[in-house]
Amino acid sequence: MKLAVTAGTPGSGKTSILLHTIKALKRRGNNPAVVKVDCLWTDDDTRFGRLGVPVKVGLSKDMCPDHFTIYNTDDMIEWAKGEGADVLINETAGLCLRCAPYPDNCLAICVIDVTTGPNTPLKVGPLLTTADIVVTTKGDIVSQAEREVFRERVLEVNPDCMIIEANGLTGKGAIELAELIEMSEETSEDMMLRHTPPLAICTLCTGEMHVSRKYHMGVLRHLDGFTEYRGE
Amino acid sequence: MTTDIKLTIRGGIDKNGLPDKITEINIIPGDIVGIVGPTGSGKSTLIDDIEQLAQGDTPTERIVLINDEKPDINLRVDPRQKLIAQLSQNMHFLADMTVREFLAMHARSRGKGPELVEKVIELANSLTGEPIYEDEHLTVLSGGQSRSLMTADIAVISDSPIVLIDEIENAGIKKQDALRLLTGEGKIVVVVTHDPVLALMASRRIVMKNGGMCDIIYTSEAEKDICNKVIEVDDWFMSLRETIRQGNSVEEVA
Repeated sequence: MKLAVTAGTPGSGKTSILLHTIKALKRRGNNPAVVKVDCLWTDDDTRFGRLGVPVKVGLSKDMCPDHFTIYNTDDMIEWAKGEGADVLINETAGLCLRCAPYPDNCLAICVIDVTTGPNTPLKVGPLLTTADIVVTTKGDIVSQAEREVFRERVLEVNPDCMIIEANGLTGKGAIELAELIEMSEETSEDMMLRHTPPLAICTLCTGEMHVSRKYHMGVLRHLDGFTEYRGE
Repeated sequence: MTTDIKLTIRGGIDKNGLPDKITEINIIPGDIVGIVGPTGSGKSTLIDDIEQLAQGDTPTERIVLINDEKPDINLRVDPRQKLIAQLSQNMHFLADMTVREFLAMHARSRGKGPELVEKVIELANSLTGEPIYEDEHLTVLSGGQSRSLMTADIAVISDSPIVLIDEIENAGIKKQDALRLLTGEGKIVVVVTHDPVLALMASRRIVMKNGGMCDIIYTSEAEKDICNKVIEVDDWFMSLRETIRQGNSVEEVA
């Protein structure tokens, strides 16, 4: 089983790029299956379902969507095996940019929208910096110069990544991405994350609704950067 | 700049999936080739195929070769090795950076030094009305200013043996000056245009219809004569426009 974990900011074109990529994978004789993780709601399963591939949806609800993805990775792989798949494509919800749900033995794909401007790669963090492949989208809306500047910024934060300029409308880049997924390593048991998730064990994680500071315990970071542990 | 380079476009399919009537076009340095056709006929798509060095992997399934060979992957993606500069129809920058920061970073992405920044701005200001300043943010530039800056940026920083130009006449800038800047000497130039001057300045023009390349017209001697007349009319028209822009009466120019 090959595992391709796809992350990226909302609206960057993850689903559109994957739809084209799955078509290309199928044409090349692979059997892909898709797990789409979202927070509250998604209809992407019907979009994937139209391609005639096995699709499963995971809604993370009260759990952090990236933590949910990580926690359920083994289950997803088991499910895909049961469906007779040889490639599992996992599309994450991708929200806070601080977690990167990429295990070591997967192909980590980060989808990023060029129209968000060349400072975006500096803001995205481990989602981008630990990816194997960075797919840039919506490049047709900006000038060639702007695409090249964006590319330079991506390479500044992730010098070893492979960049694919893709277009979710026309399917540009999908064949390249499908080839890279096909060439990727088989996944293994006991995988490790590439990057530590944030320190976020605090009262808010367990449902505290009060805003005032006196109600909060756990690992807490102040505006000035001071981090403390408060509690028993 | 003179380079031994040949660009080949092999036909693919039109919007209905029918094969391009033109099956192969070869272009060598010094050639200016036009792309003409009604709006929506696939002119920009053809130019995008060239920019991406398409290998049957775009919706048109066209194949673009350099010196009769499939280009190396790095020629397609790495700006330091890119052979192609493209002026697209985009009239605005979305990057929230100053003109200087942007140009310096673009120079770096193309493997060039920051000393080119001033040259780009100076050149851009020769094409546009209100001057562009290096500390201005890109996003506040007008359409004409952005387009001038993109043009100058291509002439100086993206200086490449193949130049693709999409409808430069729409930019509200001095189109013949801009074209001269972009094309330089001994380059392969492909220009999408509706403008009679630009279309007739090309040695031949590809005619697009319904997404397909349907014909090639070679500019005849008679057409070249017409071109010279059109240039005179166009110059007169431009001087009228410039006079009106400057807030003067056109009585004397006419």
